[in-house]
Amino acid sequence: MLTVENVHFSYPSGVEALKGISLTVKDGEFVAIMGQNGAGKTTLVKHFNGLLKPTSGKVRVDEVETTKTSVATLARTVGFVFQNPDHQLFSETVEEEIAFALKNFGYQAEAIENRVTWAVNLLGLSQYRKTSPFMLSGGERKRVALASVLAWDPKILILDEPTIGQDHRQKENLRQFIMQMQTQGKTIVIVTHDVEFVAECNPRVVLMREGKIVADGEGKEILTNPEALEQSSIVLPQVAQIFTHLSARGLPKNVIDIYEAKMLLLKVLEKRQI
Amino acid sequence: MSVFDGLKFRRVYSPIHNLDPRMKFVYVCAVFAAAILFGTVMPLAALFLMQIPFVLLARVQKQWLRSLRGALFLAAFIFFINVGTTFFTNGYVLTAVNVESAFAMTLRFVVLVESFSVFFLTTSPDHLGLALEQSRVPYEFSFAFTTAVRFVPVLAEEAQTIMDAQKARGLELEKGNFMKRIRNYVPVLIPLIVSAIRRSLELAEAMESRAWGATKERTNLYALKLHRGDFALLALTIGVLALTVYVYLFVHIPLISQLLGFA
Repeated sequence: MLTVENVHFSYPSGVEALKGISLTVKDGEFVAIMGQNGAGKTTLVKHFNGLLKPTSGKVRVDEVETTKTSVATLARTVGFVFQNPDHQLFSETVEEEIAFALKNFGYQAEAIENRVTWAVNLLGLSQYRKTSPFMLSGGERKRVALASVLAWDPKILILDEPTIGQDHRQKENLRQFIMQMQTQGKTIVIVTHDVEFVAECNPRVVLMREGKIVADGEGKEILTNPEALEQSSIVLPQVAQIFTHLSARGLPKNVIDIYEAKMLLLKVLEKRQI
Repeated sequence: MSVFDGLKFRRVYSPIHNLDPRMKFVYVCAVFAAAILFGTVMPLAALFLMQIPFVLLARVQKQWLRSLRGALFLAAFIFFINVGTTFFTNGYVLTAVNVESAFAMTLRFVVLVESFSVFFLTTSPDHLGLALEQSRVPYEFSFAFTTAVRFVPVLAEEAQTIMDAQKARGLELEKGNFMKRIRNYVPVLIPLIVSAIRRSLELAEAMESRAWGATKERTNLYALKLHRGDFALLALTIGVLALTVYVYLFVHIPLISQLLGFA
């Protein structure tokens, strides 16, 4: 469980990036943190594994305060996949890249071998085991970065902008993958601008603006609230836009799921035919 | 990365920022020369103090202090190496004179860092490029130079992100003995170098697509002109040089330890 208690954070340059954030993420929850550029999303999640320590306030991971322990210790519980895979890839082969963290955490050679195999299979990278990560495409590099974190099976997974530079199929794979992780009881936090992706996943949505949380709740409610989204420079998902326009016809406004939308529209159409 | 903070330019306006970069550069060179010429504490301390009015006038004291703090480690290193070598070569005796000369070496380094930092804190990369161009340096070189200067803060930021990314994968930079610690930086340096190369290739493409080098004779929207302040700085520079040469040749500067009666 992640607990953030009235956290303020200022960068050494004096910019106050977080202005009193309180948030609790329960085990097994799936949370999307959204907001415009510079809202403090990445700054906030960097507190979750201790990369940044609050200027005031408290951040706890499973009741352990992040100021009282090291990033390396926290990282075993909290896996953090950075936005740009090029900021972490350095090994000669994909399998060495994935084994890097496992070696840091002191796993035995046999366990490393098993976990690397598990991770490359999970993300469809097994044919690239001996390839240099620098030879792979952008999407594949992103998957290697993800695999290198998943390999130690962290309980909490943080993904910073996981959909950037991914085509539709990869996004769908990612969504499937997140759902699968969720059924295994993992806590997942994603930081993203991608409103359509969030609409499809329908997680809990935390909306940030200028270092503060402006809205927090079910995706269905937040992503169909034009006032809240406007503040954070996010547009409504397309399905929600249609249903906002149709609300005068007696249809509900808070629809973001395509399947749900289809069922509602079919009902109206069928009524008409009779 | 705090050393780099002292080299990061911020666009503010002050009498120092408005000075001609060429004059500032000549002044910094004069300070450099003086710092190298003197090897004792007192003149070096005078040189050190001389920069402080500039820092205050330019209102960059915060960043300036940060760069000095960044240089602290190296300064301490220089101090202990100097004390150590004299200690061992003099047959395991440590005299006040030795400590003072080690301190002077350290102070010399600090003066160099300090004046360099003031120069970069108060000179925009654009101005620097202009100055080089107007000093008849070929545009290719001046462009390469300004680009390099401009990329320092970008690279520093990127290095921080990379360190964070690797720490999130359990890398502990401060762990192990000296050799191990150096090896710990491999996972940081490789992505940094790769991305710097990638960035430079992208920059080259972007430049070519915007017809870089299409005209041989370049003109500038802004041209540097010398103002009254610049001549004042020039006068100061000449004064510093003259005084340095005079003192160096004709004045005997006592050591502080001699004055205090230790030697």
